[in-house]
Amino acid sequence: MFMTARIVAVLAAVLVTNSMVATAEAKDKVKVGFIGPLTGGVSVNGIGGRNSADLAVHQRNAGAKAKYEYELVVLDDECKPNVAVQVATRMAADKEIIAAATHYCSSTAIATVDVYHKFGLPVVVWGAVLPDITYRNKYAEVHRVNGTMINQNDANAELLTKLGYKTFAVIHDTTDYGKGHNQYFSAALAKLGGKILGTFGVTADQQDFTAELTQIKALNPQVIYFGGLTPIGVRIRSQMDKLGIKAVFDGTSGIVSDAFIQGLGPLAEGCLAFREGAPTEKLPGGKFFMEKYAAQKYDSPPEAYGAFAFAAMDLILDTIEKVGPNRKSVIAELGNVKDRDSIVGKITFDDHGQNTVAVITKYVIQDGKFVEWDESEYASGKRKLPEQK
Amino acid sequence: MDVGLLAQYVMNGLMLGMMYALVAVGFTLFFGVLDVIKFSHGDVLTVGAFTALATFVGLTAVGVHSGPLLLLAMLAAAIVAMAALGMLVARYLVLPLRSAPALNTLLVTLMLGTALRESVRLFYPQGANPKPFPALLPATSIPLGQFNLRLDNTILLAAGVAAVVGLQLLLNRTRLGLAIRAVAQDEETARTMGVNFNAIVLVTFGIGSALAAFAGLMNGLYYNEINFGMGLLLGVIGFTAAIVGGLGSVYGAILGGFLFAALQTIGAVALPFPSAYKDVFAFTVVIVFMAWRPTGLIQEKISERV
Repeated sequence: MFMTARIVAVLAAVLVTNSMVATAEAKDKVKVGFIGPLTGGVSVNGIGGRNSADLAVHQRNAGAKAKYEYELVVLDDECKPNVAVQVATRMAADKEIIAAATHYCSSTAIATVDVYHKFGLPVVVWGAVLPDITYRNKYAEVHRVNGTMINQNDANAELLTKLGYKTFAVIHDTTDYGKGHNQYFSAALAKLGGKILGTFGVTADQQDFTAELTQIKALNPQVIYFGGLTPIGVRIRSQMDKLGIKAVFDGTSGIVSDAFIQGLGPLAEGCLAFREGAPTEKLPGGKFFMEKYAAQKYDSPPEAYGAFAFAAMDLILDTIEKVGPNRKSVIAELGNVKDRDSIVGKITFDDHGQNTVAVITKYVIQDGKFVEWDESEYASGKRKLPEQK
Repeated sequence: MDVGLLAQYVMNGLMLGMMYALVAVGFTLFFGVLDVIKFSHGDVLTVGAFTALATFVGLTAVGVHSGPLLLLAMLAAAIVAMAALGMLVARYLVLPLRSAPALNTLLVTLMLGTALRESVRLFYPQGANPKPFPALLPATSIPLGQFNLRLDNTILLAAGVAAVVGLQLLLNRTRLGLAIRAVAQDEETARTMGVNFNAIVLVTFGIGSALAAFAGLMNGLYYNEINFGMGLLLGVIGFTAAIVGGLGSVYGAILGGFLFAALQTIGAVALPFPSAYKDVFAFTVVIVFMAWRPTGLIQEKISERV
């Protein structure tokens, strides 16, 4: 009798354990995707975004409330349109992947929208700023949490005109990204009466800019506007110095990266840059994000768009939790996102899937850091840019 | 055009041309002794530049701050390391493939180049980012109108000329040079005359790679920035310059290097299309040129190779 009781107890224990294991297993696995440039010149931004998206998935899986267990599938677009189309097709064709946070580079994001549309994969762009990505077509699959380059170029032209600059030279890379910047900046500047003395398209992996810069030197502009990404931005700024060009270096969101300052050292001082959204540390959930990010001990920083990658992935996970792991329902639900709280502020998608935040942060590099313009010593008059009024 | 401006363009072109020439000479040397194309040459340049940078970081960390001393150490480290790398490549990748079709060597070295490039990106700390390269030469500059004459550029140019002249003397005035020329001219005969063929091939690859290291250091000091992809285009341009000059001829390679730089500068400055097309222009001219003179500017004479 005593023996039987013991056996029953053991059996009961086994059953309980089994049922506990069963509940843990009962959570369905759901795959979500991430695409960004993980190799090549802008890979720091891609890796920062990847880590941030990974953080969002980690947080979700660690929480007890999650209905599903998420697995992040990461692919590398190398910031090259041809590679991007391949990896996007691979991801979109995998029916187990429900949704994805995609692309830092505009050239890759614009090249892949048709793929996502064709395969019906809902994506949320986390870093690319070319307006056409959301606005060229009206694809229900494509969304974007960060703003477009139109707003930042308006803010850029406005600030520089206010500082008294009248003559500009434009250098832009000849990808969709650089050409877009050139187009929107030139338009914004023309409205405010600024004059562009010369426009120079350069390739995205060019090494030597002395020929272009010597021409610019002869034109003698007050400002050199640069529409492109960090690697060639570093080269252009440093070669400007070699040729004795004193003009202000006016960059875009493409150079907002610690790598830009590290690449230039003291020469980075006084360079301008603009980016959509508020700085990470000032975002509603910025502190939370930075703390969690640090706790995961990733070996590289989140960089400028990490918070957006986190927000994009978090939004995807929220949506799947709500409507279940089905692409069509996720697309339908993403269409209704309005005033949704996120770590980058409220998210509202317009009918093109574009988040309508129009906050632009103006940066100037001061003592080796990106400082908000209004808080900088350049704005207070303590320091001055060349020929600043 | 303003004279100062013109002088500036010429200076820019000369600096570019010197770097291309140094790379091109390597290609031509390798082709001379072994009739092979070594496509990892541009990436050897990258590794050389990163070796110099690592030497700089290491020495500054232990408290060496004297500019000339640092520069000398960087130069020595880069040259020795790359010469060794060049010899290793020759010994373990190129020589074993001697009896295989030349295409195999080309493919193997192409792969090696990719491996070197990706290794720098993956294993150098934060290797994917552009790296600032220290400005160790005096940055005194004399503005002459639109022309900014910089002392550091002048020194770099002079150093490049010295390297080329040194190589020329080595090839034409020493026993080693004689042996290299002998091997280039006729391997069989050279062997029967007692020339150690394998040793000469190794030394030649060492010299060529050391020149690439020198060009890498020069590149770093000129642009004050290096990155893991810098060798790729430099390799292609160096190869083109060697072909245009006449593969196998040292003078041809130098001429080809400066010619290509001139084409790029003209493409960026003097022609009525955006400067982004300067490489398209330069390479198109090269294509047309190759149709006209397939053997290059200075034709390889059977009796005088290298």
